[in-house]
Amino acid sequence: MNKADKISSLPSLEALTEDNNTLRLKIKGTLDAYTTGKIWNDSLVALKNTKPKELIVDGAAIDYCDASGIALLVNLQLRQEKSGGSYKVEGLSDETNKLYKLFDPADFKEPGKPDPLYSDNKIEAAGKLSYQVWEEIKIYIVFTGRVTVGLINAILNPHKIRWREVFVTSEKFGANALFIIALVNFLVGLVIAFQSAVPMKAYGAQVFVADLLVIAYFKELGPLMTAFVVNGRSGSAFAAELGTMKVNEELDALDTMGLDPVPFLVIPKVIASLIMLPILTVFGNLFGLIGGLVVMFSLGFTFTTYINQLTTAATFGMLLSGLFKTLFFAVIIAGVGCLAGMRASKGPSAVGDAATKAVVIGIVLMIVVDGLFGVIYYILGI
Amino acid sequence: MEDKVINVIDFTAAYGDNIIIENINFDVYNGEKFVILGGSGCGKSTLLKHMIGLYRPAKGSILIEGEDIAKAEGKERIEILKNIGVSYQSGALFGSMTVLENVTLPIEQYTDLSKESIDLIARMKLNLVGLTGSEEKMPSELSGGMIKRAALARAMALDPDMLFLDEPSAGLDPITSAELDQLIIQLSKSLGVTFVIVTHELNSIYNIADRVIMLDKDTKGIIASGEPEYLRDNSEIPIVQKFFKRQTDEQLGG
Repeated sequence: MNKADKISSLPSLEALTEDNNTLRLKIKGTLDAYTTGKIWNDSLVALKNTKPKELIVDGAAIDYCDASGIALLVNLQLRQEKSGGSYKVEGLSDETNKLYKLFDPADFKEPGKPDPLYSDNKIEAAGKLSYQVWEEIKIYIVFTGRVTVGLINAILNPHKIRWREVFVTSEKFGANALFIIALVNFLVGLVIAFQSAVPMKAYGAQVFVADLLVIAYFKELGPLMTAFVVNGRSGSAFAAELGTMKVNEELDALDTMGLDPVPFLVIPKVIASLIMLPILTVFGNLFGLIGGLVVMFSLGFTFTTYINQLTTAATFGMLLSGLFKTLFFAVIIAGVGCLAGMRASKGPSAVGDAATKAVVIGIVLMIVVDGLFGVIYYILGI
Repeated sequence: MEDKVINVIDFTAAYGDNIIIENINFDVYNGEKFVILGGSGCGKSTLLKHMIGLYRPAKGSILIEGEDIAKAEGKERIEILKNIGVSYQSGALFGSMTVLENVTLPIEQYTDLSKESIDLIARMKLNLVGLTGSEEKMPSELSGGMIKRAALARAMALDPDMLFLDEPSAGLDPITSAELDQLIIQLSKSLGVTFVIVTHELNSIYNIADRVIMLDKDTKGIIASGEPEYLRDNSEIPIVQKFFKRQTDEQLGG
């Protein structure tokens, strides 16, 4: 049968009630993916309305039937058996019968619904959830421990570090990020300076925009903005790299070689981050202040005034306190990125999910750590 | 009687509550080419990954030369792992390293040899699998067959007593796959390595296997074991017959 014939013969349904207990459904024409729908509802309605003890499907006049048509036959059978009646198919052509025999209706019965009492148990659900959260936290604690041990081992045996990997990562992580770090911080510095200049004008305190900017930048904005941008660039890249290795069984291969992925893969990245993030932050601070300079120029201040203002407001300790935080951000970016990659599941979306997770968890952790540092510095009076 | 080098004892594998393999027992003898068969999803690769210690058994134990690989830790585990080589389904070469570096990595890790001698050993392994000339290529520049061969060279880097191969010929054309079979037979003859191979390529099975076990998805156990030709000709279990004769129910009946 060619395609043109199939389309030409739309199926039709004839429901005959033979006596009070028997329903005969005569199906004519083509039953395929495009046409079966035309009689699907009608046949179910006929079955529902008559509720026969015996259902006979007469398929003698079916000229073509594919798996969609078989689905209708199976559906009728399941419904009839559910209501306790008997079911018979007659007159199928050999070809259709072969296809029909391939499917056992028992395989398509709807699974029983789970016990509602059991699945709706809120206490149990809460317990399960807290257990999962605890397990998750445990993974982070264990991983932090492994990275710490790895770093200590690396410091004790610096010749065992894979330096080539460190340098390659440093270039990607640091040098290649310089332009975007400079741009973002320049613009943020510019915007902050401009936005604060407007209300300060009312008090005639515009010259103090420089003080505000340098304090905000050295303590918070420089480290945070730089870390966020780097996290988006490199944290996700680490997750994608390790996630791909996981999917390709490369992590399994490392394991069966007896190589621990933490010193082998994670530590070089952590070291590269530890070297590069403070340097990037210094550049970030510089370009943030250049952004402020542009605003100060436009307000009519000179370069010397701006620099004088900066040097009186900022202290070296302020700069260091900000840079010290970046060491922690660096470990978070590399660690969270690598961990997300190592925990990637299988399948095509696994790597993307891992990258997303790395960026989100990285940002949240950095904010939390930044908050903790705010409290610690306040108590210490820094 | 030859020695048993691997004992799988009352072994059950499960992912969470989902039991994949239940309570199986078998041994692998020294120097044989042992093949694990079965349809898709019956747990062949899962079994292999348990045998190389990537997963812990839900029940039972797997002994590699008498040591329980799941319970070993630290140095003990590394001693076991040094003695086994694994080639994964996807090859699993490290993408950031050249082919040569992939092979030298395990040697560098466990020996104090000079760089020169390590390179020479690695080149010899690559020569053995016919990859001389591709040493400096990156894995992404290799064809599927070359990746599998490079993975085999890496698995052999430390001259292990046992090699575990997960579907070595999957996704290869018949010629390359036959070459790989020849390579396995040759290595087995010349080096006396014990092979544990997961596959469902019938031709490879007849070519390579000294002994096979067949896993079944429904019973979650071993439904047949023995020489492949013997199973083909004598087994009365329908699934085994279907597998070896590539037949469906209907063909068997008729």
